[in-house]
Amino acid sequence: MAKIIAGIGTSHTPAIGAALDNGKTTEPYWTPLFKGYEPAKKWMAETAPDVAIVVYNDHVNAFDFKIIPTFALGCGAEFPIADEGWGARPVPVVKGYPELAAHMVQSLVLDEFDMTIVNEMQVDHGLTVPMSLLYGQPKAWPVRVIPLAVNVIQYPAPTGHRCYMLGKAIKKAVESWDEDLRVVIFGTGGMSHQIQGPRAGLINTPFDKAFLDDLTRDPERLSRIPPIEYLRDAGAEAIELVMWLIMRGALGDGELAVRHRFYHVPASNTAVGHIVLEPVLEAADA
Amino acid sequence: MSKQPEEYEDIPGTWVFDAERARQGYHLNAFLYSLMSAQNRAEFLADERKYLQKFPMTEAQRDAVVSRAWNTLLQLGGVSYALAKLAFTDKKSYQFMASQMVGIAESDYVKMMLAGGRSPDGWRSKSERKG
Repeated sequence: MAKIIAGIGTSHTPAIGAALDNGKTTEPYWTPLFKGYEPAKKWMAETAPDVAIVVYNDHVNAFDFKIIPTFALGCGAEFPIADEGWGARPVPVVKGYPELAAHMVQSLVLDEFDMTIVNEMQVDHGLTVPMSLLYGQPKAWPVRVIPLAVNVIQYPAPTGHRCYMLGKAIKKAVESWDEDLRVVIFGTGGMSHQIQGPRAGLINTPFDKAFLDDLTRDPERLSRIPPIEYLRDAGAEAIELVMWLIMRGALGDGELAVRHRFYHVPASNTAVGHIVLEPVLEAADA
Repeated sequence: MSKQPEEYEDIPGTWVFDAERARQGYHLNAFLYSLMSAQNRAEFLADERKYLQKFPMTEAQRDAVVSRAWNTLLQLGGVSYALAKLAFTDKKSYQFMASQMVGIAESDYVKMMLAGGRSPDGWRSKSERKG
């Protein structure tokens, strides 16, 4: 049986990708950030999951404004890297898992989550920066990836509660797949940031730290944060944090162990948060 | 307008990209999306006005593109992630674009971020801002 063995929350700031691609990781500006991800990178190398479901948002790259799916599941065999305006990132093509993705779509739709099926799409920094942070710079990604793109660009994004419930349905979908697979799920984006208008540069560290705390202490509270609160208190683009709640929902209702946690301001315009969570009881009976 | 003002319209210095702005900005964003190809970026930079004629945008939108009037572009329905492609076309960064929106030098903006960013205090509502 396939099993979700861990959840990873991480920001996906494009400047992090640019720093990696241009060999700037040892510059003083970037050293603390990359050092902060070292333990999680080591954890990932040791854990070596078979599949990663990466919940992220497209930034007007795969999807222009002709079609804006709220939840889009990548069902293709591979996903090329998008040229976002400065050339494509020099990272490997992302290999999918079409059989498992097709099963997930079927399970999710019958569970009343009406997913958009995407067979061909390019992926952008929202997906590739988290991959680089956890896997470094390999010639080929050592994991198969199922991208789950969430609309957080045109208001309204799906609510935190809807995302949390979708996460629970993803757990059910994965665990009804009859193949021994170790699956991790990424929730990406955030944390507090605003990159538009005269209020750009907004950061709310207490909000972010409470969010990281409550992923284990009180995820129900997080699932009830209304959209306006993200926008007003943590910046217009902090709404991306609803994607972390898909990851959190997919870890189930049991106890979680926090394997790593890291918080740093800034990466470009953004507060960077990172957490690795493992279900405790399920690890014991695995 | 038949609907009540949205709660988020009370956030100062922010233009939430909602369905109404998406409608106004549709062709503007289509232009920005076209800058994902190196060939289009070169063609645009060679003759900006001519390139913009390919898209049925308003003259106000075209003017704002040419003058890189970032906040005006937001108000006219541009979405920040699409606007970033214009900044990248100019070989500038997100931080440069954000500093222009804030109205300060990029170096001062970088300093603000290094010092922990902009506090939300005083920026939660328009009444608090005038305060």
